[in-house]
Amino acid sequence: MTPGQAFWAGLKIGAPFVLVVAPFGAVFGVVATEAGLDIVQTLVFSIAVIAGAAQLTAVELMVQDAPTLIVLLTALAVNLRMAMYSASLAPHLGAAPVWQRALMSYLMVDQAYAIGVQQFEQHPDMPVGAKVGYFFGAVILLCPTWYLATLAGALLGTAIPPSLPVGFAVPIAFLALIGPMLRTLAHMVAAFVSVVGALIFAFVPYNLGLMIAAILAMGAGALVELWLIRRGRWS
Amino acid sequence: MIQQSQGTIWLVIAGLAIGSFLLRFSFLGLIGKRQLPGWALRLLRYTPVAVIPGLMAPQIFLPADGSTLPDPIKLAAAAITVAVGVWSRNVIAAMAAGVSALAVLIWLFQS
Repeated sequence: MTPGQAFWAGLKIGAPFVLVVAPFGAVFGVVATEAGLDIVQTLVFSIAVIAGAAQLTAVELMVQDAPTLIVLLTALAVNLRMAMYSASLAPHLGAAPVWQRALMSYLMVDQAYAIGVQQFEQHPDMPVGAKVGYFFGAVILLCPTWYLATLAGALLGTAIPPSLPVGFAVPIAFLALIGPMLRTLAHMVAAFVSVVGALIFAFVPYNLGLMIAAILAMGAGALVELWLIRRGRWS
Repeated sequence: MIQQSQGTIWLVIAGLAIGSFLLRFSFLGLIGKRQLPGWALRLLRYTPVAVIPGLMAPQIFLPADGSTLPDPIKLAAAAITVAVGVWSRNVIAAMAAGVSALAVLIWLFQS
């Protein structure tokens, strides 16, 4: 497969995900402008970060008036999974020139990772140039869609009168992200510990209770995974 | 509403942009082909489900100002959102279900 052919193959697989990215970008645009960011800040946020869950987390914690360091640490914790993506793609893409690796890193959204890793594990002997082409093909429509949808949402958000209560739309948007992630018992236990921990430690200052709850929840998820492996029930 | 200064908002955007890029570039760019140890991968797998439910829990389960019980409408809309998400594995379907449930319940019980 030449890089050109791989690019078109990736594009074909990535294109339908536009339908997933667009509404989510619009939700971020509405939520961010309702929270008080202006249109330029909202758009720059989406262009510079391209990670919806982390962006929403940061906006939500700023609304709660959390200290800036806590806002950054918590939102980056949501993005820790990106390091896992990076580690898992490194054996496939590590031989590409550094500027390509940097550009792919900037563009590494959940969907691009999922599409790429699925293809590369089925066809590990693709030349590295073709793998790079496939990755760029998969994201080439998604990222501009993310920017434009954010802009559309931001314009819509500034048009909605601030008196209209859209507050509870934020928990709904987050919970909609979580449902599909609850694939295993370990994920469910982690989510449960996170909720209980956050409520128990709600009194801890500087929103640090959430960090405590998250660390306990990660440990709980990993322990349940180990337990399931030992019982031969982990797939 | 966000009370922080414009400078703080830009600081958060810049910090999150740089931090997210470094997380994405970490292995691909700097560390190369070495793999993360198994225990680290195992913990990282649970970060989104460990952070996001806890972030939302107070708004869903704690009573609003001036009431003693959690809001049953919010609880029901939250439960429907999660249930549709688990069942359909589709973020957008779950969002649509949750917003519709919220709108219908508010219309039924608060008007």
